[in-house]
Formats: sequence, C-alpha cells, structure tokens
Amino acid sequence: MTGKTSPADSHRATRTQRSGASAASRRRDAALSRQTPLGARTTTPAKPARGPSSDPELLRRLLRAKDRMDAASHEEWPVRRLARVSCISEAHFARSFKDAFGVPPHRYLLTRRIERATSLLRDTNLPITDIAFQTGWKSLGTFGRTFRDITGESPGDLRALQKATLHELERVPACFVSAAQRPALTIAVSEKRRQDARDINAASEDEEVP
Amino acid sequence: MSQGIEVVGLYVRDQDEAVEFYVGKLGFRVHTDARNGNYRWLTVQHPEQPSFQLGLFTPEQPTLDAATVQNLREIVAKGGMPPMVLVVDDCRAACERLRARGVEFTQDPVERYGSVDASFRDPSGNGWKMIQAR
Repeated sequence: MTGKTSPADSHRATRTQRSGASAASRRRDAALSRQTPLGARTTTPAKPARGPSSDPELLRRLLRAKDRMDAASHEEWPVRRLARVSCISEAHFARSFKDAFGVPPHRYLLTRRIERATSLLRDTNLPITDIAFQTGWKSLGTFGRTFRDITGESPGDLRALQKATLHELERVPACFVSAAQRPALTIAVSEKRRQDARDINAASEDEEVP
Repeated sequence: MSQGIEVVGLYVRDQDEAVEFYVGKLGFRVHTDARNGNYRWLTVQHPEQPSFQLGLFTPEQPTLDAATVQNLREIVAKGGMPPMVLVVDDCRAACERLRARGVEFTQDPVERYGSVDASFRDPSGNGWKMIQAR
C-alpha cells in the first residue's frame, strides 16, 4: 500500500472541505492522516493474493471512516469526506468499505441514524421532530417513513412500546445497548419498500383467489 | 487474592507499537516481555491494578495457520474484537490528556446514565470505552 496523500495534500483537501465537519474534527483528520505512516509497516507477513480490501492497513483506515460516522452520524458523509478520512481514492472507497463491513457506507450511516433515533425515543422525552433533526434528517416526513420502513414501527409507536417495556440494561455501557438495537439493514431501503409493496400486492391477490 | 483472572490477551498488529501505545500513551507498565525466537510473550499492567495483566499478542504462525493469521489481522483492523472498558476518575481530563499524547478518540466524552464516557482505539483497531467511576 503506497501512500498517495502527502501532508500537504491533506492540508489542501482539508481547506477545501465544505460539509458539516467542525474545524476541530478537520484538524483531527489532518493530524491522523499525518500520523498514519502509509506503507511504513514492514512487519506484515507475506499473505495470500487476495483483494486489496483484505490489507489490514487499509482496513484500519476504513475503520477510521466508520468510527467518524459513528461519532457524528447526524452530519453529512459524502464519499469524498469519508475517502479522505481513510486516505483512499473516492473511486475505491465505497467498494472497499462494503467489502470490509458488508454494507455500503451510506446504508451503514442510515443504520446508525436509526439506532440513535431509537435510543433518543426510548431514553428522552424530546419531540419526534427534534429527534429527526438531531439524527441528521432534513424533513420529519422522510424520517418517519424511513424509520417505519426499517423498523416496522412509526417513531411514535416505537416510543410507546419501548417505554412500556421494563429495562434491565442499566449495568451495560450505553453504547453496547444501543448497538445491539441497530437495525440489520441487509438490503437497500428502496428495495425493502419494493418487497413490502410486492408482499401486499401478493396478499391482496391471494385474497381474490377463491 | 490467590484465585482469579490473571491475564487476558488481545491481538495487536505490532507489539512494539502496542508498547508505545499502552505504556507510552496510556501509562500502563510492562509486566513481562519474554522472547523466544520470533515468539514474544508481552503483558502490561495498569499501575493501580497489580493483580491483572493485559496480554499484547500478535496472531502468528506456527501457533496458527497462515489463513487464520490473516483473518485475525483483518478482524482486529476492522474493529471486530470485543470491546474493553477502562475506568478512570475523571473522563474529560483523561480524554484531554490522552488526546494530547495522540490517542485516537472515536467518541468525545458524553455525560449519560449518571457517568461520563468516551471511546478510543489502539493503533491496531481494538476499541476501548473509557468510563468515569461513579
């Protein structure tokens, strides 16, 4: 793995960055890019010829992009921004991420937003509108529809359900409880919608059959 | 105490780098560093926890086959190993101190459930949750 991003490049990239990242997190990106000696490791043993996605050095940098989404899932994470965190080209980022973590980056972000919204619905009394905006949605309608498509409940119903359930998870660190309730989004939301629609159509056709 | 858990190990990608991190940055100290050829038994200790050692091991042949070594290296790099929890007196102060030493925090300190917690990773990808003692 040969590093293509020099510190000067990452400075330039940092300056031109536009989306929601704070100055502090941009500085951290730049610092971490510098700190990671690309291609500097010589201890990795010869490994069988596999895709570049199985290179632990690359995986570690992809994990950094995943960590950054975890830390700020309400922010916008275009591929350009994620690719920069991982010090990898935009062209390779999405594919490498999916190979490493099993889902495309945008869908991973979606699961984290839903997970966080679920926690906020359960643990706070914040209005659902506030939760939608705090978790990165630009409209309440999109949030409600996506949430229902993924979890099978509307945000309001899920809140009522969760509050009614007795929780004995106080002794488990909060992030693990939260992660355990992350939706397993193995297919795209649009595909899930199509499938649900097909099921409904199929069911109504069944009813018509005598 | 004469019975209990003495060593729990985690996989790291490079033991020298791991010492630099766990000793140089987190402030642990080396308990045992014994080599035999390529094999290196390396454990560190929290300065306030003399009865427990954290092993810093590399997945290596011939203990494991080449494919398993590769798989484990990938899993560690992807953050797939179980999380660990470090308890501190003051989470915010510890975060500030460790960050100044170059520790990669993945979550800033957050106050919740009557405590404050933050997250960081070691250079290999192992995840730590840092929780303020209640």
